[in-house]
Amino acid sequence: MTRANQKKIVQFAGFLSLRLAVVLVLAILVLFLYDIIKKGGGVISWEFLTTAPRKGMTQGGIFPAIVGTFFVTLITAVLAIPLGMCAAIYLNEYAWQNVLTRLIRLSIRNLSGVPSIVYGLFGVILFVNALKFGTSILSAGLTLGLMTLPWTITASEEALKAIPNSYREGALALGATKWQMIRTNVLPYAVPGMLTGTVLGLARAAGETAPIMFTGAAFFLPYLPKSLSDQFMALPYHLYIMSTQHHAILQVRPIAYGTALVLIAFVLGLNMTAVILRYRLRRKYR
Amino acid sequence: MSSERPPIKFRTEDLDFYYGPTRALKNVTIDCYDKKVTAIIGPSGCGKSTFIRTLNRMNDVIAGTRVEGRILLDGQDVYAPDVDVVELRRRVGMVFQKPNPFPKSIYDNIAYGLRINGMRDKKAVEATVEKSLRGAALWDEVMDRLDENAFALSGGQQQRLCIARALAVEPEVILFDEPCSAIDPIATAKVEDLIEHLKTSYTVVIVTHNMQQAARVSDYTAFMMLGELVEFDATEKIFTNPANKLTEDYITGRFG
Repeated sequence: MTRANQKKIVQFAGFLSLRLAVVLVLAILVLFLYDIIKKGGGVISWEFLTTAPRKGMTQGGIFPAIVGTFFVTLITAVLAIPLGMCAAIYLNEYAWQNVLTRLIRLSIRNLSGVPSIVYGLFGVILFVNALKFGTSILSAGLTLGLMTLPWTITASEEALKAIPNSYREGALALGATKWQMIRTNVLPYAVPGMLTGTVLGLARAAGETAPIMFTGAAFFLPYLPKSLSDQFMALPYHLYIMSTQHHAILQVRPIAYGTALVLIAFVLGLNMTAVILRYRLRRKYR
Repeated sequence: MSSERPPIKFRTEDLDFYYGPTRALKNVTIDCYDKKVTAIIGPSGCGKSTFIRTLNRMNDVIAGTRVEGRILLDGQDVYAPDVDVVELRRRVGMVFQKPNPFPKSIYDNIAYGLRINGMRDKKAVEATVEKSLRGAALWDEVMDRLDENAFALSGGQQQRLCIARALAVEPEVILFDEPCSAIDPIATAKVEDLIEHLKTSYTVVIVTHNMQQAARVSDYTAFMMLGELVEFDATEKIFTNPANKLTEDYITGRFG
C-alpha cells in the first residue's frame, strides 16, 4: 500500500467515525421525540392546554402548570439576568485579573456543577425559612434564579470576552471614561450574546423539578397563583407526579406524556429564542 | 544645535516601564517637539510600542505594570495623581497598528468621540464629522455613504477613518503605533502624506518598523534597542551620519 493511499484511508476512517457519532446523537434525539410525540401527542388539545386537571387529575388539562412554569421562569429571569450580567461585567471589565478573581471564577464554575437538589434544599433554608417567603412561587423562582446565576455569569463573561479589545482601547483613546467605554462600545455588541447564554440557562431552569419541589411547587391546586406568596403548579413537577406519584398511574400515562411534550416545547421555544438572538447578532456585527 | 529646536511638547525623563518584574523601558529620555513628527524606530520588542503607549497612559489598563521617571506634556507630569487621564487621552489621540473601526456607520465612528465628550448639538457634530473626514483626506471617498458600516471600507480607508476619528476630538498630539503595518503600499503612501500634512497643526509621534517611512515622514528620529534609547537626533542626521555604531548597523540593514 502506498503512503498516499494509507493517508486517505486514515482520513476516511477518521471522518467516518465523526459522522457516525453525529448520526448516533441524532438518532437518539429523534427516537426520543418520536416516542413522546406518539404517546403524548394524542392528548394535546385546546382543552388540555387551557383547563385545569379534573377528577383527581385523571382528566382535564394542565393549564395551571403551564402558567406556573411561565411565571416561575419569569421570576428566575428577573433575578438571574440583571444580577448575572452585572457580575459578569464587573468580573470581566472592572476587576483586575489576579488570584482573587481567578478564585471567584473557579467558584462560579463549580457552583454551576452543584446538583439541583442541593439548590432546592438551600432554597428551603434561605428563602422559605430564613427570609420567611414560605413555600411560594417567589421562593421557587429565587431558588431557580440562584441555580441559573453561575450559568448566566459564565455565558455573559464569554460574550464580553468575544468583544475585541480594540473596541475598548479605541474608545479609551478618544477620551472615554471606562464606564462610557463599556456602556457605548462594549455592551451594545455583547448584550445579544449575553442574552443568548442567559436564555439557555433559563431553559434549563424551566425544566428543573428538584429546586422547586420543596420551595413552592404544589401537587395539585384548584386555582392559579394570585400573588408571589402563593404556591403553584409547574410542568416538570406535574410530570414527576403523573409518572411516579399518582394513584392511577397507568390511567394518567397519556397525560404525563402530554405534559412532557408541552414542557419540551416550552424549553425548545426558549432555546429557539436564543438561536434567533445569536443569528441576529451575527448579521448585525460581523 | 539645541537652540534652533522648536518648543518641547512631550518630554520623557528617565522613563522606566515594568511589566511585572520585566523592565521594558530603561531610562528613556526623549523630547517630542511641538508640531513636528518624531519617529521611534528599532527592532521588534525594543519597547517602541510600550513607549508610545505610556504617553497617553494606555498601558494603565494592563495589570501589573509600573512606570518610573517622568513624562511631561507641556511641562506637566501626566502621571501626577491629580491628572485626569480621560482628559489626557482626549488631548493625546492614538491611531493603532490594526485599523480598529467600531462596528458602526462611518458617520457614527467619527461622531462617537464627540458624543462621549459631550457634544450634543447635531449641526456641530455634523460639521465636525465632515471637517475630520476632510482632515484625514477621506471625505471625497465616503461623503455619499456615511451611513454605511465602517467595516465596508478597505483597510487603508479604515485606517484613515481611525485618523479622522482621532482628529474629531481635537487633540494636540497624535500617536501613531505602526499605523501602516497592516495596510498596502498605496494606502501607506496616503497615510504618510496625511501625517506630513497633520504636523502643521499637531504634534505627531510615530512608531514604525519601516525605516524608509521614518526617513520620509519624520523630523526627528529616536532609535531604540532592548528598551533603551540608543540615539535621538534630527532625522537627517540619524540617517546620514549617525553617531552610534548600533544605529548605523540598524539603518543600513545589518540587523533588525
